[in-house]
Amino acid sequence: MKSKAIAYPYVGWMALFVVAPILIITLYAFTSGDREFTLSNFQDMSQYASAFGRSFLLAAVATLICVLIGYPMAYFLARETGWIHRMATMLIMLPMWMNFLLRTYSWKFLLERNGLINSFFGLFGLGPFQMIDTHGAIVLGMVYNFLPYMVLPIFSVITKIDHKVIEAAQDLGANNLTVFRRVIFPLSLPGVLSGITMVFIPSVSTFAISRLLGGSKTLLLGNLIDMQIIGTAYNPHLGSAISLVMMVIVIICMAVMNHFGDGEQGVSL
Amino acid sequence: MKKKLIAWSLSAASLLSLAACGSGEGENGVVNVYNWGEYIDTSIFDDFTAQTGIKVNYQTYDSNEALYGKLAGGATGYDVIIPSDYMIAQMIEEDMLEPLDFGSIPNFSDIDPVLKNPEYDPENLYSVPYMFGILGIIYNPKMVKEGEDMETWNVLWNESYKNDILMFDNSRDTIGIALKKLGYSYNTTDPAQISAAVDELVAQKPLLQGYVMDDIFEKLEGENAAIGVYYYGDYLTMADNNPDLKFALPREGTNRYVDAMCIPKGSENKENAHAFINFMCSAEAGQANCERIRYSTPLLSVRKKLDESVVNNPFAYPDPTFMAEQCETFSCLPAEIRTLYNDEWVRLMNS
Repeated sequence: MKSKAIAYPYVGWMALFVVAPILIITLYAFTSGDREFTLSNFQDMSQYASAFGRSFLLAAVATLICVLIGYPMAYFLARETGWIHRMATMLIMLPMWMNFLLRTYSWKFLLERNGLINSFFGLFGLGPFQMIDTHGAIVLGMVYNFLPYMVLPIFSVITKIDHKVIEAAQDLGANNLTVFRRVIFPLSLPGVLSGITMVFIPSVSTFAISRLLGGSKTLLLGNLIDMQIIGTAYNPHLGSAISLVMMVIVIICMAVMNHFGDGEQGVSL
Repeated sequence: MKKKLIAWSLSAASLLSLAACGSGEGENGVVNVYNWGEYIDTSIFDDFTAQTGIKVNYQTYDSNEALYGKLAGGATGYDVIIPSDYMIAQMIEEDMLEPLDFGSIPNFSDIDPVLKNPEYDPENLYSVPYMFGILGIIYNPKMVKEGEDMETWNVLWNESYKNDILMFDNSRDTIGIALKKLGYSYNTTDPAQISAAVDELVAQKPLLQGYVMDDIFEKLEGENAAIGVYYYGDYLTMADNNPDLKFALPREGTNRYVDAMCIPKGSENKENAHAFINFMCSAEAGQANCERIRYSTPLLSVRKKLDESVVNNPFAYPDPTFMAEQCETFSCLPAEIRTLYNDEWVRLMNS
């Protein structure tokens, strides 16, 4: 009874800041400006298919790159002990102490025509290259900003793998590659899956990165919604409908991925 | 219910902020002024209070849309607001402004006749111009070909400047430029013309470095882009930081924007608001404001007092014939055209 009472404030918090906003979005998505029920917000959705496609593609590329960079990083850092381990944890966390927009802004200045990177290339007579305001810059922004969310879960899962399991595999004649392939990787999959979720979802819905590093030329879902809610194409009902569809697609993606993830894990073990 | 709640909290917020900055009333009451940020010389408030005994409560906003949202949300307690042309038209259409009593604003006679009876307020019942300016092409001569014709919107479609061109990140300005390029009006309500303009913009998109708003300062000052479109008043600020930059006025015609003083519905100090507007149109206040913010003043007597180089600057004070024939103000578009703008803007962004 007592423990229940302690939970109430948190339940209230979730109801107010998680459930209520979703209900309001749903309400807006199914109504028109005259507060009447309508499905018209969803009927025009097909014209935004390319924005959906673009967002999911760029987010998928960014997530893939994060896995490719983040996994080895997490793996080798987790195998370290002592000060390197502590220092690594610290360095992964460090960028997150500074505001995300500021970090993205600093990339803007690095990538500009007369930015630091082009000035460096200029010393060797190369460039200037058009780096800012491209798809590449947007993916870079996503990878840079969300990489810690990939590394940390994998890092913490690998750190917690019982070393005895690895020794047992080695005793049974497995070489290092086999140990990794058959033991460590399957055991670290939950970390990878939660990393993928934590990178993919903010990437697919970002609007600040494509605005700052993409010169507003690349319309992502986040920008599309932003335009409808506070921007130049004011229509909060359509914006809510797009948000709702995006949430549903993301949930489906995650469910499918978790399903495959579970299956693989079961087979390997 | 929800709307009421929002309105209630907004008015509570504005009451709180008014209470926070208000410290009693002048002998003749107060006037609550709501203006763009950094858009006035605040030292003139003391002169106003000394002359009239009316105390000025001053607050600022950062966009027409923010102002509109606050008033449409039910906030009251403002006596003088200074929206831009097209927003004034929209507010007139939505019955959000009080008609002015021009008998109480004798200084209105000092306003440049070219700026009277504008498209956004055709009978000039609701607004008194405060400042105006002109849209043009800002470019860096070091980064464009020598002898390049910059006085045309066509230069923004020139393939030799691929990745070096900046456009506005808002539909009204950007579609407007393409309309002018095609020789149409900014305020056209012909859907075919608007779609043709957006087709032009779709073709232009691969040449652009980006769609920007205030980022344009950093892009042009830092020579990260060669050509952009923005307002002359802001060009002066950019030129302070990079004296190489030049300004060109496209001969196809351009946008003249006006920010004008209005009294919102629900004002409780209308008499004081009229006194304030009249004061703002006085030569002294007009000159102080003009020298402080560097935009162009509609007051003829102020222009006489300003430095020759400023008044004879054709960009700050264009030739009246040019203003009348080549410059056009944004007027409020009908609702269905506003929707078309939104749809066409999404088509461009999504291309």
